[in-house]
Amino acid sequence: MASIEVGGQTIELDEEGYLIDLASWTPEIGTALAKEEDVELTDEHWDIINFLREYYEEYQIAPAVRVLTKAVGKRLGKAKGNSKYLYSLFPYGPGKQACKYAGLPKPTGCV
Amino acid sequence: MAMLHIVNKSPFEKVTFDSCLGHASAGDSILMIEDAAVGAIDGTAFADKLKAAMADKSIYVLAGDLTARGLSEDRIIDGIKTVDYAGFVDLTADNETTQSWL
Amino acid sequence: MSSKKFMFVNRKAPYGTVYALESLEVVLISAAFDQDVSLAFIDDGVYQITNGQDTTGIGQKNFSKAYKALGDYDISKLYVEKESLAERGLTQDDLMDLVWEDEDDDWAEKSSIILVSREEMAAVMAEQEVTLSF
Repeated sequence: MASIEVGGQTIELDEEGYLIDLASWTPEIGTALAKEEDVELTDEHWDIINFLREYYEEYQIAPAVRVLTKAVGKRLGKAKGNSKYLYSLFPYGPGKQACKYAGLPKPTGCV
Repeated sequence: MAMLHIVNKSPFEKVTFDSCLGHASAGDSILMIEDAAVGAIDGTAFADKLKAAMADKSIYVLAGDLTARGLSEDRIIDGIKTVDYAGFVDLTADNETTQSWL
Repeated sequence: MSSKKFMFVNRKAPYGTVYALESLEVVLISAAFDQDVSLAFIDDGVYQITNGQDTTGIGQKNFSKAYKALGDYDISKLYVEKESLAERGLTQDDLMDLVWEDEDDDWAEKSSIILVSREEMAAVMAEQEVTLSF
């Protein structure tokens, strides 16, 4: 099984790099997961990651990209609620990549 | 010999619960778990059948299965007792035999 | 791709079997394909959307909250059969308040739950192009 070291602790990941134990997530783990893919997280990244975590808390699912885009637009403004902006932050796909850093499962319906 | 009958299928979906009621003897206990827990609610199309069985049998329902399905304990038929997992174990210990109706 | 009328028919209580969760997951996936999706709750399926589900006693994940996200997925037609509720001693008050936001009406929240009789449900089912039953 894959894993990363964060603050002296071994964090277990699945074969695609998603957290096994969702409850163990910390912002430090999010930063470390991003670093694994050579991504330096900015405030703009964190806006999306925090939004995803709140969404998961409320609905117990990671939203599909289309749903994420619409919801971000409503919450953070139209300039950010479009796939161009989200893909500029998360080029591997805002659903897959941002959910990974947020410690959430891969979105249901991620195709 | 008192027997504990355990039912886990909804009475609205399968005839299992009916069959159990038809085959349980006076003095037996019946425990509703999993989807069968929905049968404990009063005012349903099944309630009268269960009330008739309560004349000579003890009926129990696993509380966790009620609340999981959004059904609060104050809605169950008067006389049905709720049990937790420890109570489930006690029931199996207190009865000489157990039959699971699958 | 032209859009088709899809209906997911839910007939089982949650947690006792895996059907309810499987259905929900397929519904969420199908929303990615931009189809005209509706859900039917009949028989024990009405227990899937009851209010106040608490699964701490049975050690399973409470997935009822995900039904509240269906509006975000543009799924706004949840047909619930009156007879199925009544046979189980339930009313609409026992169901979650499931809503969608109407973009054309200043994001006004509207109820997604459509109470129908068994006869009306049969008519809605007859209109479907693809029906998936769980």
